[in-house]
Amino acid sequence: MTGLKLLGLAAGCTVLVLLQTPAALAGAAAVVLALYAVARVRPAAAWGQIRPVRWFALALFVTQLLLADLPAATVTTMRVVLMVALAGLVTLTTPASVMLAALERGLAPLRLVRVDPFRVSLMLTLTLRSVPLLTDLARRVREAQRARGVSWSVRAFAVPLVVGALRHADALGEALSARGLDD
Amino acid sequence: MKNAGDLARVSVFAALIAVLGLPGTLNVFGNAVPITLQTFGVMLAGAILGTWRAALAVVVLLVLVAVGLPLLAGGRGGLGVFAAASAGYLIGWIPGAALTGWIVQRGGRNPGIVRLLLACVAGGIGVIYLCGIPVQALVTGIPLGKTMLLSAVFLPGDLIKAVLAALVARGVQRAYPDAVPATWQERHTWR
Repeated sequence: MTGLKLLGLAAGCTVLVLLQTPAALAGAAAVVLALYAVARVRPAAAWGQIRPVRWFALALFVTQLLLADLPAATVTTMRVVLMVALAGLVTLTTPASVMLAALERGLAPLRLVRVDPFRVSLMLTLTLRSVPLLTDLARRVREAQRARGVSWSVRAFAVPLVVGALRHADALGEALSARGLDD
Repeated sequence: MKNAGDLARVSVFAALIAVLGLPGTLNVFGNAVPITLQTFGVMLAGAILGTWRAALAVVVLLVLVAVGLPLLAGGRGGLGVFAAASAGYLIGWIPGAALTGWIVQRGGRNPGIVRLLLACVAGGIGVIYLCGIPVQALVTGIPLGKTMLLSAVFLPGDLIKAVLAALVARGVQRAYPDAVPATWQERHTWR
């Protein structure tokens, strides 16, 4: 199912690039809206996907209007917004864990070039696990910095953060090789 | 992926680049590409991990972003970011980190500050701009020359980031000798 969605997304983006008139893109917009309706996405969640590109879309529209004409500006802007909307729909309807599982299945052919899909998905999972850990480390470093009265220095912040991250990584590496993950 | 140590370093640095994006982004008016601390993370990854581990760390981060996790600065994520104006810069992170790593790795066990700075500027600015500007011009439909002018807004900020990345990398490598790519490579190839 996830694989189908991703294929659909690729096909959808290709079609969007091929459409050239405002009318055709209006049709595409109707299709995208219908897809959102079928997926029962709440308007707030849908807006959350489009919101990050709103200023970009506006800037794009204005520059296109100045450099070309109204139809061209409409077509280019709608194309980008619809692509983001389609990608957002896949993201909204697929939990990250399901997406990762699909990725692991999709990566299975990599075995042929001697890449282990298990290692790839382990690496992705470890990265996800490290994000909250490093966020916490960053917070602690900043607090320690404040306690010593160093108000704002990138060096005083980043050096301990990176050393801490490296220590964590190397301890993790040793733990992994103790569990037989070395080749 | 030869050993578990490399795997752990790649994963943790991918996360580090994501965490450096947390403080937020700054959109310079008139340009669709935001300023973030994440390129600073990309340069650091290159200077500390070396060529292919750094490139792989960036690939891991971008794969997770493509899967839909909001790991880019400002909580951006999803396949949509690869359709936006900044897509070229994001892809450019991969060869950028690799070049930074390559230059530092050739510096042996004690890469000097000049080499680190050169590596950060060449990989973290040169390569990233080289990949980013043509894509930005293509997506926005603004001519290449004008896009280059628009991107010049980022140059002072990026130069500051390169200097900081070199200084921080130097500091880290003094405190933790295994943070030098050549040293790490030497210690881990006999396995």
